[in-house]
Amino acid sequence: MIFVTVGTQLAFDRMLRVIDEWAGSTTPTPEVFAQIGPSEFVPKHIEHKAFIEPTEFAERARAADAIVAHAGMGSILTALTYGKPIVIMPRRADLGEQRNDHQLSTAERFKGRPGVFVAQDETELPAILDSLKDLQAAEPIPPFASPGLIKAIRDFIDEA
Amino acid sequence: MSAKKTRILAVASGGGHFVQLRRMRPAWAHCQVHYLSTIADYANDLEPGARLHLVNDANRWDKIGIARMALRVGWTLLKVRPQVIVSTGAAAGYFALRFGKILGARTIWVDSIANAEELSLTGTMVRKYADLYLTQWPDLAQPGGPRWEGSVL
Repeated sequence: MIFVTVGTQLAFDRMLRVIDEWAGSTTPTPEVFAQIGPSEFVPKHIEHKAFIEPTEFAERARAADAIVAHAGMGSILTALTYGKPIVIMPRRADLGEQRNDHQLSTAERFKGRPGVFVAQDETELPAILDSLKDLQAAEPIPPFASPGLIKAIRDFIDEA
Repeated sequence: MSAKKTRILAVASGGGHFVQLRRMRPAWAHCQVHYLSTIADYANDLEPGARLHLVNDANRWDKIGIARMALRVGWTLLKVRPQVIVSTGAAAGYFALRFGKILGARTIWVDSIANAEELSLTGTMVRKYADLYLTQWPDLAQPGGPRWEGSVL
């Protein structure tokens, strides 16, 4: 099962259309579930819901063979925590997909990290989807922030 | 361990901000923990004893939504009376730190790891209300600005 997610806020049809077309033209038809956000686009070839609760989100991520997502940190951290390969495609502000271009820099920063695969735009996505089965996940990361960050916060809490 | 645990309010909007916030939870494992977020389902996966308070989701372009959010955040602060407030963003965290300072709380801002090139706009706005002011990217740290102590990764 491939788990697709566009996050809690906005639709991301530029990515969804490509995934839907890809699913429709691939044999055997891949099993895909997509959380598509407040979208007017209705996918034809994949199972989809506008929103899912965090509990279901975690279950679907845990059960997935691979995750395809916008370049949002919730999606990336979830995939890394469960040790799933993730394909990320950044939203763009000039296309009205986000209020700023922070996902472009997220994609840039995560490019080359084991287990994370970047589709810069919709033209790069189909080839990556074709190779999805071969993408290697990284070892799951710990469920917690780095010890340094935790210590800094804890020390501050205990200062008073 | 002291008799009275520190009351902490951990604030983040639903999605990536909340996922990041939760990864820091060992930092407040010894506290009386309250969360404030926008998704009720988060209550199903909190550490034992922690409570979730809810606020509507809004951004700065939604004037009515943002006013409701500010009121709701203020109300939660009056109810919980946190001694420490920590947030990763976004708007709800800004209001929590801003009102929290007035009520005498000590405040922590950890700017989202999604802001790799520059601090978030909210992060910039919240600066003067944050006692501990952190970025997750070493190259964004600067004297008099945010410090870097690590990241959620």
